[in-house]
Amino acid sequence: MSQNLPALLIVVPLLLAPIAALTGRWKAAWVVALGAAWWAFGCSLALLQRVRAEGVIHYSLGGWPAPTGIEYRVDLVSAFVAVIVTTIAAISVPYARTSIAQEVSEDRGALFYAAFILSMTGLLGIAITGDVFNVFVFLEISSLSAYSMIALGRDRRALTAAYQYLIMGSVGASFIVIGIGLLYVTTGTLGMEDLSHRIPEVMAQGRGSRTIAVAFTFLTVGVTLKLALFPLHLWLPNAYTYAPSAVTAFMASTSTKVSVYLLLRFFFTVFGETFSFVEMRLNMVLMPLALVAILAMSLVAIYQENVKRLLAFSSVAQIGYMILGISFGSVLGVTAGILHLFNHALMKGALFMAMGCIMYRVGSVRIDRMAGLGKQMPWTMAAFVGGGLSLIGVPLTVGFVSKWYLVQAALEQGRWFVAALVMVGSLMAVIYIWKVVEVAYFGRRDPEDSVEEAPLSLLIPTWVLVIASFWFGIDASTTAEVATAAADLLVEIVP
Amino acid sequence: MDDRVILKVGAKILIPFILLFALYVQFHGDYGPGGGFQAGVIFAAGIVLYALVFGLDRALRVMPFKVAYVCGALGVSIYLGVGFVAMAMGGEFLNYNALNADPAKGQHYGIIGIELGVLVTVFGVMLALFYAFAGRRRIDP
Repeated sequence: MSQNLPALLIVVPLLLAPIAALTGRWKAAWVVALGAAWWAFGCSLALLQRVRAEGVIHYSLGGWPAPTGIEYRVDLVSAFVAVIVTTIAAISVPYARTSIAQEVSEDRGALFYAAFILSMTGLLGIAITGDVFNVFVFLEISSLSAYSMIALGRDRRALTAAYQYLIMGSVGASFIVIGIGLLYVTTGTLGMEDLSHRIPEVMAQGRGSRTIAVAFTFLTVGVTLKLALFPLHLWLPNAYTYAPSAVTAFMASTSTKVSVYLLLRFFFTVFGETFSFVEMRLNMVLMPLALVAILAMSLVAIYQENVKRLLAFSSVAQIGYMILGISFGSVLGVTAGILHLFNHALMKGALFMAMGCIMYRVGSVRIDRMAGLGKQMPWTMAAFVGGGLSLIGVPLTVGFVSKWYLVQAALEQGRWFVAALVMVGSLMAVIYIWKVVEVAYFGRRDPEDSVEEAPLSLLIPTWVLVIASFWFGIDASTTAEVATAAADLLVEIVP
Repeated sequence: MDDRVILKVGAKILIPFILLFALYVQFHGDYGPGGGFQAGVIFAAGIVLYALVFGLDRALRVMPFKVAYVCGALGVSIYLGVGFVAMAMGGEFLNYNALNADPAKGQHYGIIGIELGVLVTVFGVMLALFYAFAGRRRIDP
């Protein structure tokens, strides 16, 4: 049983997805989804525990060892990402019960939860697989189910948003598969560990080095499309804005994070750091793009009238922080990137869930409809402020922890200018969070339009995330320790 | 459509053979080209031909949408079920060797099991896709 843990993490939810679809009723499907999410949560925690105690876990599917068959390879990074995904899933499913019942038509409920489980399974699969083609398969599982979940939004624009995401996501996926194909042509293998040995060998023999460089480029562009790095982020704002609230909360906290993980895997494990950062000079591309993402997208966020859209643009900016951390190519930088994966998942999850509460009561998340909500929905708005403080990076929140590491990583390499720009990004976050706070707390609500506080079934999951974002901000020792160990594992040389 | 006698009689003769051929492709998959995916498509094609010649309503009476929907989900469960049986019998997930004392036989059972899952799912999904495009009305399970 316990040696099958990596497989059980994936296949039990995979089995529960068709069962959820077969139940046909949304309440039964919700129970199945809850079971899947909590099961995966338990498994991923157990996996993280075991990886921390014993080191890398290898699991050969079908009993075929790695270069021949597909292998699940769980190291600290993958276990940590799996924990992020399942934590958010375990919190969003209870949240979805009330929110989805209102936002998705009842007869689609069962299919919605089946798609939700599939999406989670796909993300988990990407996190723990050790086979590059298997990555592509899981990426498609998670993306296809994400497209359909977005399309289920009540707003008719959800359909166009899902279609836009479908096109962009498919372009990204085909770039990834082209990259994988080129790697397979030159090295004859698909296992990540095998590739990491074969690529230097092939390069040393002086053949196929251009093909490998092209493969690297295709993979980088494909994955950055999936993780919505500026300027490939165009699908993200609409998708996040028009998707059902619970979907936005789940996706914003997990799917882009897993793509960042994938980027780390390809850069550091498969191609190796020397190739990625010294030969291909990745930091020359990633750093400017990350900085532009932080500044430009924060600026765009300031001018948004729809708060979900505002938070979506802020997400693109936050992805910039993660990529910025990675682009330093140092242990500290990658630590900051990995930490921010977790921290941003907590705060963005909380913020989007607060938006879901407002959507539930007010029926809109436009800023002008939020006047006076500070009095009428005090808990919801307090949660928003809590998440917002974290987004800004106020001390005692998780946002502060990640920015602290990020600025340290910048200063370590003597990049004062970059550190200053990170600060500017934080100040811009103050502006767009304040915009909402000002209207909600100092605006006056039309007495005819008065609303009640959101139900507890929505508030509790939201607050769990808010409290977690303070908890891990005050006591960051566990997360920082795991992230540092994970970065140590990935980064072998210090350029 | 009553005037299309040749079409109707032709389809009636062909459909049983199409369905039988699907099963042949399914079970021949172990030894030669073929397997669950192709078999599922061919099996669904038999029903699609029936729908094209005799009309969607009659096809839906023979093979309701619900059947396609259930098949789509059921096949995946069969596939994964084989993996779980392998796991319960002491092997890794989908390790067919564990299915029988003789590994060669075990591999054989395993392949037949998962290909059956593929057949059922592909058949269900193909048919569901056809119904979704053919029927202008929304079809729900």
